[in-house]
Amino acid sequence: MNYEVVIGLEVHVQLKTKTKSFCGCSTEFGSEPNSQVCPVCLGFPGSLPVLNRSFLDYAVKVALALNCKVQEYTKFDRKNYFYPDLPKDYQISQYDLPLSREGFLDIEIDGRHKRIGITRVHMEEDAGKLIHQQGVSLVDYNRTGMPLLEIVSEPEISSPLEAYEYLNNLKSIIKYLDVSDCDMEKGSLRCDANVSIRKIGEKALGTKAELKNMNSFKAVKDALSYEIERQAQVLDSGGKVVQETLLWDEKQMKTFSMRSKEGAKDYRYFPEPDLPPFIISADRIGEIKKNIPELPQEKKMRFMKEYGLSEVYAQILTCDKEDAGYAEECFKAFADKDKKPVANWLIGALSAIASSHNRGISEEKLSPENLIDLIVLVEKKQIISNLVGKSVLEEMVNTGKSAEAIIGEKNLAQISDSSFLENLADEVIKENARSVQDYKSGKANAIMFLVGQLMKKSKGKANPKLAQEILKRRLENV
Amino acid sequence: MSISKETVDYVANLARIQLNEQELERLSRQLQGILDFIDKLREIDISDIAPTSHILEIKNILRDDTPGESLPAEKALANAPSKNGRFFTVPKVIE
Ligand SMILES: [Zn+2]
Repeated sequence: MNYEVVIGLEVHVQLKTKTKSFCGCSTEFGSEPNSQVCPVCLGFPGSLPVLNRSFLDYAVKVALALNCKVQEYTKFDRKNYFYPDLPKDYQISQYDLPLSREGFLDIEIDGRHKRIGITRVHMEEDAGKLIHQQGVSLVDYNRTGMPLLEIVSEPEISSPLEAYEYLNNLKSIIKYLDVSDCDMEKGSLRCDANVSIRKIGEKALGTKAELKNMNSFKAVKDALSYEIERQAQVLDSGGKVVQETLLWDEKQMKTFSMRSKEGAKDYRYFPEPDLPPFIISADRIGEIKKNIPELPQEKKMRFMKEYGLSEVYAQILTCDKEDAGYAEECFKAFADKDKKPVANWLIGALSAIASSHNRGISEEKLSPENLIDLIVLVEKKQIISNLVGKSVLEEMVNTGKSAEAIIGEKNLAQISDSSFLENLADEVIKENARSVQDYKSGKANAIMFLVGQLMKKSKGKANPKLAQEILKRRLENV
Repeated sequence: MSISKETVDYVANLARIQLNEQELERLSRQLQGILDFIDKLREIDISDIAPTSHILEIKNILRDDTPGESLPAEKALANAPSKNGRFFTVPKVIE
């Protein structure tokens, strides 16, 4: 049977402020256990939280970048539950008056554009970390009280691929704002997914399952695909989907029921009496707005318009802010109006080298000017072939030398000296009587073999185009 | 508003308090008294009054994002009922 898929994503992003949400403890990653704790974040009696100004500013910045309406009046609430990673037995979060609502994010799949609604972006504090051992759990409260944003999408995502693109674009935007590392492995970005299916045309939503424990965007995609298939099988066989929380097991590529001992969630939210309300003025919003850089979507459109790139190419080159900046410097350094050769080198050869080093193209030791010099030598002056160009590029990246220097040192320049090539052509013709015969009797392909022989004689340095021309000319006289 | 014994039991469970039958009985009665008293407040017309989320007339109390002192681990852990090195420890919470 055919089903329609309904997915909503809940993303938590840890902001890279210097200190925690409500106390002066450092947020540095990887410190000794319980070395970044104080009476406030440990929930000692008598301590009082005070909101970090940067937390609020970063949160407003993200909300605006996600096209949300920032609420003029916002407050914090207590979300009550017992768990050892939560020393106060409540999490300071936001409930009925969140920082912002009603935003959206655009995604693009195979040329099709879609707008996904964002229900809300609110502020809350992170919990601590548990390490489970035999019979005991160790608790580290360094992460407790770190500033988090919760970004909730509308249930408007219709496939695992759309979810994947939503996450990629969200990460890209937040990284442009420079307010979070968005590193899923380090836990600075976490994603839970709600998924349900319904018969096509049906209005009511199906029963949803909540998916947790995905450690990469790919894992989110895989877990959703698995879960959709599982729910379809349940419905096809006449069963009912049960509302539950499922954990993704990446090794087994399966979801498992969490079988929680706790009953239904009842967080008993109430206003946090230790924090006053916050009024965010239109002026303040205006100031923060001014500091929002050109975002990936706008930059993509501009790259398409100014540099004549396809949407796919523009998307790849604007995904990362630093890489986009680097690409733009390269485009500017290239005199021709048509920037496609530059885009090809950036996305092809240079990206391959950079990703083999686990880096972005902007992180390689290669100035835009040097790269453009190489591109001109290959594409325009045809001093070296594309293939030789790629190995020169690798050497440039490794040594920091210029293309000319490497071509000179290794004597790589293509030979375009006609008299030298004519001599080689004559030798080849003399030594390959059969192919010459073939060519003469109309087998056009034979010329390629002869060109290959000439290239070999020149140790790969003959200008292949010229070599072919000269061979053809000499063959006429045979 | 009346409160049932089941509700009291449910709330006790949320608060991780175990109550025996007599305690349930007694607390249900006492809570009922409190709720009856609160019901009196409903008689006041509040249609013109905005909900209060904070009792003081203060707003926008913020601090700068500058690191301060944290506690040394010995001090942070000093009152922990159970610990292991630099960690607090609790009975294992997942299977
Ligand atoms: Zn602290």
